[in-house]
Amino acid sequence: MLLSIQDLKVAFRMGKIDGQMQRQLAVKGVSFDIPENSTVALVGESGSGKSVTAMSILNLLPSNAEREGKILFQGRDLLRTSLPELQGVRGREIACVFQDPMTSLNPVFTVADQIMEPLIKHMGMSRRQALVRAEELLNEVGIPEPKRRLKAYPHEMSGGQQQRVMIAVALACSPKLLIADEPTTALDVTIQRQVMELMAKLKDTHKMSMLFISHDLGVVGEISDQVVVMRHGQIREKAPVAEIFKNPQDSYTKALLACRPSLTENPARLMVIDDHIAGRAARAEGKAKDPNAPVILEVRGLKKSFFFKEGLFGKKEFKAVKGVNFQLKKGYTLGVVGESGSGKTTMGLTLLRLHEPTGGEVLFEGKDLLKMSGNDWQKMRRRIQVVFQNPYASLNPRFTIGQTLVEPMEIHGIGASHSERLATASALLKKVGLDDTALNKYPHEFSGGQRQRIAIARCLTLNPEVLVLDEAVSALDVSVQAQVLNLLKDLQDEFGLSYIFISHDLAVVKFISDEVLVMQNGDVVEQADTAALLAAPKQEYTRRLLGAVPRGYQEEAAAQASAA
Amino acid sequence: MSAVLSQNTAAPKAQRSEGVWAASWRRMRADKVGMVCMTIVALFLLLVIASGSGLVAKNWQKEVGVPNAPPTLMGPAPAEATGTIAMPKGPNVDLSDIDPLAPRYKEWDERAKQFKTEEVVKSETLPFGGDRLGRDVLAKVIKGAEVSIMVGVLAAVVATIIGTVLGAISGFFGGKVGDFLEWLYNVFTAIPGILLIFAFAVIFGRGVLSVVMILGLAGWPGIYRLIRAEFMKHSVREYVRSAEAIGASKTSRMFKHILPNVSHVALVQLSLHVVGFIKSEVILSYLGLGVGVDQVSWGTMLAESQSELILGYWWQLAAVTGFMAIFVTAFALFTDALRDALDPKLRGLE
Repeated sequence: MLLSIQDLKVAFRMGKIDGQMQRQLAVKGVSFDIPENSTVALVGESGSGKSVTAMSILNLLPSNAEREGKILFQGRDLLRTSLPELQGVRGREIACVFQDPMTSLNPVFTVADQIMEPLIKHMGMSRRQALVRAEELLNEVGIPEPKRRLKAYPHEMSGGQQQRVMIAVALACSPKLLIADEPTTALDVTIQRQVMELMAKLKDTHKMSMLFISHDLGVVGEISDQVVVMRHGQIREKAPVAEIFKNPQDSYTKALLACRPSLTENPARLMVIDDHIAGRAARAEGKAKDPNAPVILEVRGLKKSFFFKEGLFGKKEFKAVKGVNFQLKKGYTLGVVGESGSGKTTMGLTLLRLHEPTGGEVLFEGKDLLKMSGNDWQKMRRRIQVVFQNPYASLNPRFTIGQTLVEPMEIHGIGASHSERLATASALLKKVGLDDTALNKYPHEFSGGQRQRIAIARCLTLNPEVLVLDEAVSALDVSVQAQVLNLLKDLQDEFGLSYIFISHDLAVVKFISDEVLVMQNGDVVEQADTAALLAAPKQEYTRRLLGAVPRGYQEEAAAQASAA
Repeated sequence: MSAVLSQNTAAPKAQRSEGVWAASWRRMRADKVGMVCMTIVALFLLLVIASGSGLVAKNWQKEVGVPNAPPTLMGPAPAEATGTIAMPKGPNVDLSDIDPLAPRYKEWDERAKQFKTEEVVKSETLPFGGDRLGRDVLAKVIKGAEVSIMVGVLAAVVATIIGTVLGAISGFFGGKVGDFLEWLYNVFTAIPGILLIFAFAVIFGRGVLSVVMILGLAGWPGIYRLIRAEFMKHSVREYVRSAEAIGASKTSRMFKHILPNVSHVALVQLSLHVVGFIKSEVILSYLGLGVGVDQVSWGTMLAESQSELILGYWWQLAAVTGFMAIFVTAFALFTDALRDALDPKLRGLE
């Protein structure tokens, strides 16, 4: 056994109240083993204690944490080793890869410096030797032209490449255990697929073990041997991956499996955790769409360019959106899919004139939004609204939820008095599944999913007809994502809203959309009905996006892998 | 949709919401150091008001003690025996028959009765000591606090308002407006600070309000720069974008949305500048460009105590530095606590 965690408890000191130290128990007695040469996955929602468990192995926790129990690494108890000894283990025998590659690489050092650091520190190499080894490592993690890229700074690379560099740093000393804390969550699905394949390959070639942390069972199923499911700091189920997918025992595991939208099934509603645990079935069919619904929004040749200064007087044009055309019917959803940098978000924001467009027409009931001025546009604004990607950043942290919801009504003079507006606000909060007590709280008191509901409720205060959802569920856990997606469908049925749903994940887009627009480098490369697009994708790019969606544990794939 | 909503627009629960300020006050109360400092600052402000309205230290200019009366609460030490020849105790020899002035003594006594002379007993010691004219240092330092604190706080408020408004405009709009304000900033920072202050001092002349304006007008560039950076950072944040999407005006976005989120920067700058401006006032008064000659401030007292210290009269210096240190420290810690209390943990943002 390479690593054995026995009855681990982690508590955080939360400061004294009345002289009594307050402790919050984040991990409540967790035990599992990581055998040599295998991948163990820790799965759970945010707040389940999975990252805390993993970080307590190397004691990379904040200083107010208290650990208890045993963590045996090759027979040594890591909870009782001294700091210098632990520093010898960190990076040398156990290495880490973190979630966000942009923030876990140091922006002022070159890639070469960062890979060489552990080599010089732990392996006692000279700079020359380390440089040679760094080039080999970059080559191994699949970065083209490794010699040239050694001199690059992190910001010169894409997110996927940065994560590859992080992996190279982690692999530098050939560790026996690699802890990967949500290594692909911040990445697009296509990049996620590449990084996962790379990690699986490296695990085999380096004969190491991996502790893979994720909130998405779909991702975990493709890469792991053992799965440990955690919730509220406790282990709900641990079993080999095939068992988990074929014969899950715990109701929570079953719920996690059911709540991810898949490419093969087509439910009207997704299962959510509470439904599943209560034994309810997901609600039946939604309302059928009216095929003769009027076209509410028509976009013709929408273009957006950004200009950069070049030289003294020159300007360089970067075409972010190169002429997009589509029609959106009332009550329908248009999905927009593409990798990051494909111009899909710019397109959405240009529709709302949050970016001033360079050319084209946006006809809302026959009137061109882009040519409207002042007052007309202010009136039109309430009819087309936007929900942003990051629920942590899109609510003003200084406003209570009540203030946040009442403000748009005040601006547009909806409701006669403050109390009437407050009443509307609380009615809308109920609609999105929150209650009145939320009105007086601040955004930081809510989880990501709840904040996204608040952001949706805020848009609804204006009775909009079109909602632009810019990666609205991408930052959420799969289980929470399912709840928000259900909510969006319910609201569409009730109010006849039209959505423009922007996402990088085709499975999510497929669940919610009637028509799909595939974008690449600012161009629309494919545009079709959802069913038609999935059945017969015409473009290679679309097929790649489809192939990148995590599918969970596949028996045939596993059989192939073991045969190979 | 409004039709659907109007069915369940039952008034929300009567339970009163905890406002922004109430929540901040609750957080503030939990901070012991902050509360102690707030009390100290409040006491100082009360002192300033009391001295301004003449309740205390009204007669600070009165010479109540002997020059440079030493500080003690015990009273003067008993006079030592000097060992001179004893005075004769018998009655005076009667000279009236040969004294040519004798007949007029009576008349003079009558005339003298029409006038009253009051013998002022100057105390040998004072609780905080006396200055070179025998004025009470305690009364002086209280009167000085009135002037210095008023100058420091008002000047910092003026500088913070100028810096914040210009920084907000420059950071939010950028472009030509931003370029112009940057140019202005560069002009102000290109001139050495003390020279700039002198230039303003020549225009404004002497007096408390002049010093406030001088320091305020010369001190805003640092604040402007920081606020501008914050506004540039925040104006592209998603919450500001979403405010734009619901149709919030530019002014509303600048001052209702962004300003509360950067207010901690302004507050910390305010407290740092209060401290700095109290010191600047000292320099100005020392050089004769500050408060008027008939007024007293911590600055003029420090200037006086410089020459006193050489002669061993340390008490004026001790009183001023003591008062100043307590106020400045308490004020800085109080602003720190205030910042923490006003900040509902910007989790996931910073």
